[in-house]
Amino acid sequence: MPQTVLSVDAIHTYYGQIEALKGISVHVDQGEIVTLIGANGAGKSTTLKTISGLLAPKTGTITFLGEVISGMPVHKVTERGVVHVPEGRRIFPTMTVEENLEMGAYLRNKDPKGVKESMERVFDLFPRLEERRSQKGGTLSGGEQQMLATGRGMMADPKLLMLDEPSMGLAPVVVEMIFETIQKLNKEGITILLVEQNAAMALQVADRGYVLETGGIALEGTGRELLVNEQVRKTYLGEV
Amino acid sequence: MTFSYVVEQTINGVTLGGLYALVALGYTLVYGILLMINFAHSELFMMGGYVGLGVLKVLADPAVADKAGMGFLKPIQAFFMSGGVGFVALMVATFLVSAVVVGFLGVIIERFAYRPLRHAPRLAPLISAIGVSIFLQNAVLLWISSKQLPYSRADGVQFVTATTAFSVAGVDVSTMQVFIIVTSLVLLALLDTFVSKTRTGRAMRATSQDAEAAGLMGVDINRVIALAFFIGPALGAVAGVFNGMYYGSVKFNMGFIPGIKSFTAAVIGGIGNLRGAMLGGFMLGIIESLAAGFISNAYRDVIAFIVLILVLVFRPGGLLGEAVAEKV
Repeated sequence: MPQTVLSVDAIHTYYGQIEALKGISVHVDQGEIVTLIGANGAGKSTTLKTISGLLAPKTGTITFLGEVISGMPVHKVTERGVVHVPEGRRIFPTMTVEENLEMGAYLRNKDPKGVKESMERVFDLFPRLEERRSQKGGTLSGGEQQMLATGRGMMADPKLLMLDEPSMGLAPVVVEMIFETIQKLNKEGITILLVEQNAAMALQVADRGYVLETGGIALEGTGRELLVNEQVRKTYLGEV
Repeated sequence: MTFSYVVEQTINGVTLGGLYALVALGYTLVYGILLMINFAHSELFMMGGYVGLGVLKVLADPAVADKAGMGFLKPIQAFFMSGGVGFVALMVATFLVSAVVVGFLGVIIERFAYRPLRHAPRLAPLISAIGVSIFLQNAVLLWISSKQLPYSRADGVQFVTATTAFSVAGVDVSTMQVFIIVTSLVLLALLDTFVSKTRTGRAMRATSQDAEAAGLMGVDINRVIALAFFIGPALGAVAGVFNGMYYGSVKFNMGFIPGIKSFTAAVIGGIGNLRGAMLGGFMLGIIESLAAGFISNAYRDVIAFIVLILVLVFRPGGLLGEAVAEKV
C-alpha cells in the first residue's frame, strides 16, 4: 500500500458568494504524478490555490503527510514542502535569474550547501538558465520563464511539486521539454500534482488523473484509462 | 549672482534634498509593496520631530531636571551635556529613540488601520490613512501643544550649537548641514545595501514585485509589510528630528508641506523604486533651493511642481520607474 502524501477531502472554496469548488476530493500517493484536467473554469487552479493556502476552503480538510494544512497561511504550507508553481509563471521580473532561483530557496537559509546543489541541478536540467543567470527574469522568453518558474520550485526542495499549466502558451518543442523534465523530476522521487489543459500530454505522463467539471470531479482513473475513455476523448482530446 | 551664491544654494538644496529623500523612502517602500499611498507618513515625520525634542529635553534640558521629582535626571544630564562623548551619545539616543518609537507607531498603524482593509477597494485604505493623519495631528495639538515649540532648551540654548564646519568657495557650511547630508547619505546607503544584498531585503523586493508569488516562496508577507512600515517611518522620524534642529521648531502641522514635497520626490524618481526616491529627493531639494535663490523664494513650490509635471509628461513612470514586463 503506497503512502498517501496529500489528501484533499471534500473541499468547498468560494470567491465571495461564488462557490468555485463544490466538494473536491483528491489524493496523491508518494512518487506519483497525478494530473487534474478539465475545461476553463472547472476549478483546477482553484484546487491548487486552496492546497497551497492562497485560498482557504470554507469546509473540508486538506492533509499533507498526516498534518492538516487547510487554513494555514501560504508560507506555512510552503514550509512543509508543498511547492506551488503558479499559473502564468509569476517569476520576479526585475530580479535576475539567479536571484529568482535564490528566492525559491528562501526557506533553506540554514542549508547553503543543499541550495548550491539544487542550483547546479537546475542548471543541469535547464542549461539555458545558466547562460542567462545574470539576466533579469522579465527579459526571458515565455519558455525560459517557465523553465525559471519550474527551477525556482525545485529550489525549495519540494516533497510535493504542484505545477499549474506549465505548457500554457509555449511552443510544442518547449512543451515536450517541460514534460520530459517533469518525468525526470518524478524519477528522482518528487511527487507531482499537475494541472493541465493539454490533457493528452498530461495523461500520457500521469499515473492517475482526475477530470474536473464545474467545481466537482466528473471522472477519475489511471492515466491510461482516462486516455481511452470515450467521454474524455470527445471532450478533452478533441476527437470525434 | 556670484559663483559662491550658486554653491551656497546648492548646499542648502542638498541638505533639504537629504531630508526629502529620507521621507520619500517611506512613501515609496509602502507603495512598492501595497500600492497604497500612506497619507499618514507626513505625520510620522512630525511625530519624529516631537519624540526627538522630548528625548533632548529629558536628557539635556536642565529646566526639566529642575522640576519636582525629576532630580534623578541631574547626573544623567551631566553626562549628556558634558560635550565630546556625551554629545555623541545624546545625538545617538535622540535619533535612535525617535526612529524606534515612530517605527513601532508605523507598525501599529498598519496593523490596526490598514491591514483590516487589505482586500478592500483601493480607496478604503486611502481614506483610513487620511483619518490616521488627522488623528495624529489632533493628538499632538490636544495633548502637547497647538503652538510652535522651539527646538531648544527652555532657556533658549540650542541643543546643537550652530558652527561652521568648513568653507568652500567662500561659502560657510554649517555643522548641521554636514550632519544632515552625511547622515542621510549613510542611511540611504545602508537601506540600499540591505534591500539588494540581504535575504530579508530580497524578500521585500520579491513581495513588492508579486506578493502572492513571494508567499509561495515561503515569505511571510505580513512580516515584510510590517518591516516596511517600521523602516519607512523610522527614516521619516530621523528627518523629522533633523527638520526640528535645522529650522529650530516643531508644530503639529509641520508634516504637511514636507510630506507633499517628499511624495512628489518619490513620484519624480519613480514611485516604488528606492533609488528613485533618493534621486528624486535630492533633485527636488536642489532645484527648489536654486529656484528660491535665483527666481524668487515665493516661486519655489511652483518650480518644484513644474519639475514634477515635466518629468511625468516625458517619463510617466518617473525617472527610474521601470516599465515592468507584465505577466502573461
